[in-house]
Amino acid sequence: MFTVAIFALFISMVLVLIRLYAGPTLYDRVLAMNSFGTHTVLFIGVLGFLTGRPDFLDISLLYALINFVGTIAILKYFRYRAIGDIHQMPTDQEIGK
Amino acid sequence: MSTLELAIEFLSWLFIVSGSIFALIGAVGALRFPDFWSRLHAVSITDSAGVILLVIGMCLQAGPTLITVKLLIIGVFLFITGPTSTHAIANAALVTGLRPPEGEGLVGAEPEPLVSDEGDNG
Repeated sequence: MFTVAIFALFISMVLVLIRLYAGPTLYDRVLAMNSFGTHTVLFIGVLGFLTGRPDFLDISLLYALINFVGTIAILKYFRYRAIGDIHQMPTDQEIGK
Repeated sequence: MSTLELAIEFLSWLFIVSGSIFALIGAVGALRFPDFWSRLHAVSITDSAGVILLVIGMCLQAGPTLITVKLLIIGVFLFITGPTSTHAIANAALVTGLRPPEGEGLVGAEPEPLVSDEGDNG
């Protein structure tokens, strides 16, 4: 059962990585990275069950936290070209969109 | 093996295999769909159905232990942050000017004008 799940998750991760490499726009890549992180969280959890060591769930939880913060940080960086003080950042009009 | 254990085993098989199938469907959709907005739709299948079914299946497999609590924490966290980050990506793409392709009889959605911060000068 867990073998089936881990194979399916592994194939899904490979497919999402192909999209991450081939994505025509930036947002395709960010979306694929976010999806890859979700798949990784599930993969680590299932791997813990498969090897009889469910302590891997702690790593899985940590990965979920990092994945979310990382996605938001990447989006913020590509929007404002800075990760930091918001008063230093250019406004939307200055970006010109 | 009693009937209850058999039923739990069967249910966890069902949940884990269907969750894997949903994760696979989401990945195939993310690879094969033609443009960004439809890929967004495909990826959210993994974020909702795949996560929920896999976590429930693993909870049934673990029994009433601390592992189940951790699994539920992971499930609730992914259930909240998945749609949030998907919305953030969609909003960033829309603001930057990426538009859904307009077919015949369809009108592309225009975003609301950005709110100017007038009251911020004081």
